Amino acid sequence: MKKTGSQILLECLRLEGVDTVFGYPGGTVINIYDDLMDSPIKHILNRHEQAAVHAADGYARATGKVGVAIATSGPGATNTVTGIATAYMDSIPMVIITGQVPTPLIGNDAFQEADMIGITRPITKHNYLVRDIKDLARIIKQAFYIARTGRPGPVLVDLPKDIQMATHKFEYPDKVELRGYKPNYSGNSRQIEKAIKMILAARKPVIYVGGGAALSNSNLELKQFAETIQAPLTMTLMGLSSFPNTHPLSLGMLGMHGTYHANMAVTDSDLLIAIGARFDDRVTGKIATFAPHAKIIHIDIDPTSIKKNVRVDLPIVGDLKDVLKKMLEQLAEYDAQVATLRDELAPWRAKIEVWKKEQPLGYKSSKKEIKPQFVIEKLCELSDEDAIITTEVGQHQMWTAQFYDFIQPRTFLTSGGLGTMGYGLPAALGAQAAFPTRQVIDISGDGSFQMNSQELATLVQYRLPVKIAILNNNFLGMVRQWQQLFFNRRYSQTCMELPIDFKKLAEAYGATGLQATTPDEVEAVIKQAFATPGPVIMEFKVCREENVLPMVPAGAGINEMVLAS
Amino acid sequence: MKHTISVLVENEFGVLPRVSGLFSGRGFNIESLSVAPTIDPTISRMTIVTSGDERILEQINKQLNKLIDVIKVIDFTGQDYTEREMGLIKVNAEESTRAEVLRIVDIFRAKVVDVTQSSYTVEVTGAPGKIDAVVELLRPMGIKELIRSGPVVLGRGAKGWKTQ
Repeated sequence: MKKTGSQILLECLRLEGVDTVFGYPGGTVINIYDDLMDSPIKHILNRHEQAAVHAADGYARATGKVGVAIATSGPGATNTVTGIATAYMDSIPMVIITGQVPTPLIGNDAFQEADMIGITRPITKHNYLVRDIKDLARIIKQAFYIARTGRPGPVLVDLPKDIQMATHKFEYPDKVELRGYKPNYSGNSRQIEKAIKMILAARKPVIYVGGGAALSNSNLELKQFAETIQAPLTMTLMGLSSFPNTHPLSLGMLGMHGTYHANMAVTDSDLLIAIGARFDDRVTGKIATFAPHAKIIHIDIDPTSIKKNVRVDLPIVGDLKDVLKKMLEQLAEYDAQVATLRDELAPWRAKIEVWKKEQPLGYKSSKKEIKPQFVIEKLCELSDEDAIITTEVGQHQMWTAQFYDFIQPRTFLTSGGLGTMGYGLPAALGAQAAFPTRQVIDISGDGSFQMNSQELATLVQYRLPVKIAILNNNFLGMVRQWQQLFFNRRYSQTCMELPIDFKKLAEAYGATGLQATTPDEVEAVIKQAFATPGPVIMEFKVCREENVLPMVPAGAGINEMVLAS
Repeated sequence: MKHTISVLVENEFGVLPRVSGLFSGRGFNIESLSVAPTIDPTISRMTIVTSGDERILEQINKQLNKLIDVIKVIDFTGQDYTEREMGLIKVNAEESTRAEVLRIVDIFRAKVVDVTQSSYTVEVTGAPGKIDAVVELLRPMGIKELIRSGPVVLGRGAKGWKTQ
């Protein structure tokens, strides 16, 4: 039986196991939306295409499945760009379907035409313009395959309106054949053997974990690996939640706003075992003084990540789960030596403990003013262990990274690479759509929140009970912090002078608004929010000029931190 | 250091900007680029001359391989290969210089492919250095127009690219 292009698309999505899509209708996707009414796939109508893509991204990060978003051509499609770039930088598997003007009009500057293939080429893992309905099913199959395999990433499919309307026999291919795309999952055994030798010889090793651990679902193998060799472990922003931060081996986050002991340990280490991390500049600081005494083992599925920013002594290309399993197998053969290693590392662990005691993460508490860090600690204390936390970007994001102890994998969703303000609320929406009964909390600042606050409407419409904690300092706090430290307190355009009544804003959308202005109200507000059904905004009027510390100034080595005390 | 790279790609819509965009987006240098289909019409072959240190070349190689449409990347540095480029040079041919132009053409085994009362168009093929030399010798006569194809390369020996 013949099907239309839009029917073929939806059938392909169903066969890929898609249960929920996020999107926004328009002229060139109207056929898809018409057929959506007859499809079992649930559609969530966001209030902005950027939010639809972030929601699909939040859905993907929380579940590990491919997130799907739909937008119309022209402005709908260009609105997806920030969402796609966000997902690309953090390697999130997504398929974005954009409508396109009919093929005969492409290139004519038609109404709502934009060259999405050109625009998204550098921010997608791959993209397709469907030019013949015969190719549609194959392209959708490939798009999902490319999005979720290897180093995951977003794939855009630009689908002209006439292709959606054309008819063709539907056959879904069972196999994908791409001669130019064969990701290497299996780590080279000889390289792994060398790694084991290096590990057994190390006296000051540090395990450095990035976002790849979550993407490859290797948190269990990671924990077993760290515990087997009893080596301290630090995480990037993207690595947080892949290893319990309450674990004695956890050093917390490293880098620009990392812990003192994590940065000191990396600087002093003799072996850095990088696992699914990419040596981002926010992690390394000045490259020349980054881990100067360490040999580096770098395990990553993407060969381009290896030796991109730092020299690497031993590269291992492969899926982390596979590589870690093989490492554990080989370590099991060196039982006695591993036991000796564990003992040999005791002084190293003790040295780190001294650093930790010298300069623990902390802040000056206050009885009068709400300290933002205090709010994060309270949220951590009062939330469920499997609560999913999203953030926007800025000070609140770093305080969350520092003061919220993530225990379970895929519970911390944040825009690490691109640093997108306005990410957290729609991402929380996507995560809540995937897990309707779990606690989902967007930790936000007053600046970031206003970048996608229209999504309150979506939350209320679909009864998605996301709790939103706004740390309101009436500042774009992180930029203000830089202006304070490096621009002589000249606060150019960072003061959000108009006070917003967030309680009323919540109520205008049919959500609940709560406010805390003193420290002793914080706990009650959080408890009330968690007990209130439906979406809730908790506004915390926090200390206005609090800084995120420790801080490594741009261009300095990570051992040259500005400290809290 | 100069490197000559062959890139075998899917002969598909929009492949060229994927490759050129990769170079511009990551700040890699392209000195020349030529592209045409191969004996297999589904595959095109690009020859790219680029420059950079070892670390940059490793990144170029890896980043190219990462593109879904790239089937194979061959860096000919340190390998034995045949390199050819074509130049078409439209040069002044006045009464006094016509004979000299022809002598140069003859010496380099080039060809005159278009003649007017005041000009010759010279076709010259060879390694890029040979074309440089012809251009230099013709320059004093007055070159009106010059086009070079950029080099194309093929590995020496009996093996094809699949086993290279």
